[in-house]
Amino acid sequence: MLWNGLSVVGPVTRGGGRIAVDRRAERSCRVHGSIAISSRVAIRGVSHAFSSGGPVLQDIDLVIEAGSFVALLGPSGCGKSTLLRFISGLDVPASGSIALSPGADEVQPSARTKLSFVFQDAQLLPWRSVLDNVALPLELQGLSRAESRERARGPLAEVELSDVHARFPDQLSGGMRMRVSIARALVTEPSVLLLDEPFAALDELTRQRLDERLRKLWQTRRMTVIFVTHALAEAAFLAERALVMSRRPGRIVLDHTLELPLDRPLDLRTNVDFVAQTALLYRALQQHGALDDAAHAPPGGGA
Amino acid sequence: MRSSTSRELALSVLPPALTFVLVIALWEGAVRALSVPKFLVPPPSDVLLAVWSERSALSGAALTTAQGAGLGFLLSASLGTSIGLIFSLSRWLERGLYPYALFLQTVPIVAVAPLLVLWFGPGLRAVAVSAFIVSVFPIIANTLAGLRSVDPRLSDLFRLYDAKLGDTVLKLRLPTAIPSMMTGLKVASGLSVIGAIVGEFVAGFSEGNAGLGITVLSAYRQLRTDLLFAAVLLASLLGLLLFALVSSLSTLLLRRLRAHG
Repeated sequence: MLWNGLSVVGPVTRGGGRIAVDRRAERSCRVHGSIAISSRVAIRGVSHAFSSGGPVLQDIDLVIEAGSFVALLGPSGCGKSTLLRFISGLDVPASGSIALSPGADEVQPSARTKLSFVFQDAQLLPWRSVLDNVALPLELQGLSRAESRERARGPLAEVELSDVHARFPDQLSGGMRMRVSIARALVTEPSVLLLDEPFAALDELTRQRLDERLRKLWQTRRMTVIFVTHALAEAAFLAERALVMSRRPGRIVLDHTLELPLDRPLDLRTNVDFVAQTALLYRALQQHGALDDAAHAPPGGGA
Repeated sequence: MRSSTSRELALSVLPPALTFVLVIALWEGAVRALSVPKFLVPPPSDVLLAVWSERSALSGAALTTAQGAGLGFLLSASLGTSIGLIFSLSRWLERGLYPYALFLQTVPIVAVAPLLVLWFGPGLRAVAVSAFIVSVFPIIANTLAGLRSVDPRLSDLFRLYDAKLGDTVLKLRLPTAIPSMMTGLKVASGLSVIGAIVGEFVAGFSEGNAGLGITVLSAYRQLRTDLLFAAVLLASLLGLLLFALVSSLSTLLLRRLRAHG
């Protein structure tokens, strides 16, 4: 059983039922010391074309196992962000289907399984304090303001920002804002966490630290993570499995399980095995013309 | 720290004050040196004297105009904001009604004012409606623009969490729109005084308490240009006062919004 003692969680919908499930998860968290809620994502025959710009995605068939960390890698404009939006249920593909299965039953993403999305920019509400930003998703799901704030303290502590809870987004650095955004995504205890190039705008050192933090969060929580990036080293460092996409129309051209240890310290990037894994991803991108007109870093580089 | 604040204050106050003094001095000097007839352009000193000697009449008139403008402004602030909000929620309503809201902006108020007298009777009500007609459109337009300026990815975020319409409006759209709404209110505050004065030109004759518009008219008929200038000065000051009031209210609101999200 994936649910680590949570046997009752079916397709979760909004309203009272969802909150009840949250509380159960909370108790389980106290008992087991970690939360293990995740969803399997099944993508079947997804193709899509923009009305203006021709085909974006072509025959994407993919099963992402519950609790796995998948990096979706590809050149700019290959449709990886579009695919992520389909998985989130924010957009619907022209053909094919996407199903999330929290338990035995599959549900459409539109039924809003517990799913969180971290965007490229932190996308915080500038008029809300850090704590209130993290509490927002709970408020939107109908919890009282006081309870939402109380429950937001946990995720905020997880990203080590408790001491700045009263500050406003414009008083934080880019990296801190991103951590707030991640805490906001975690506050609903999502079974699927989608990240769309979240650290792309940050400097290399901040990015590597955030990568490490995200990896640790995943190791503790074990939700399903789908991380979109165009950076090879980041993909290799973070994920258990890397999916390389071709140029538009995007197809999956490499599905590779990364042979790297579970615990990944920052200096893993200098390790020979790590460089070899990155090189493999690089070659896949190269073979499919993904690097033709993009300045990508060489294997093992800053990516 | 303190000296830098006082320097900033000096920088914001001194230049306009100096300009004012310079212009007044030039005006006074030029009128006297060229012996311009006083009924054409009175020297500033005469205008000041008129303000003083007619102070009770002028302050009464300013108060009357302030009532008309204030009432009209409150009307357009409440109705304009509501209309903007309703338009933002329904494309159908917006498409159907926006052209007619625009009509309020383009209608020549002087031509419509007699109608207002027929419908609302002479006096405060007609004046307030005139101020309303002139000032409501910028509020509708700015409210709508503000509500529509929400970052699409923040809208996605709210959709992702199945936010109710009420939550989306209260927690996302309105806070996003407030700066733009405040701009609309500031523009409208000045316009409402203009609308009130124009309204008074046509509809202001009632029960002897005449507003600044009437003062302007009667001063003109008596060729008391000094009094006319004094009334115009007061009307401008009234507009500025209303503008400053709305501005400080908006600053307060923005600060509150930040404090209580």
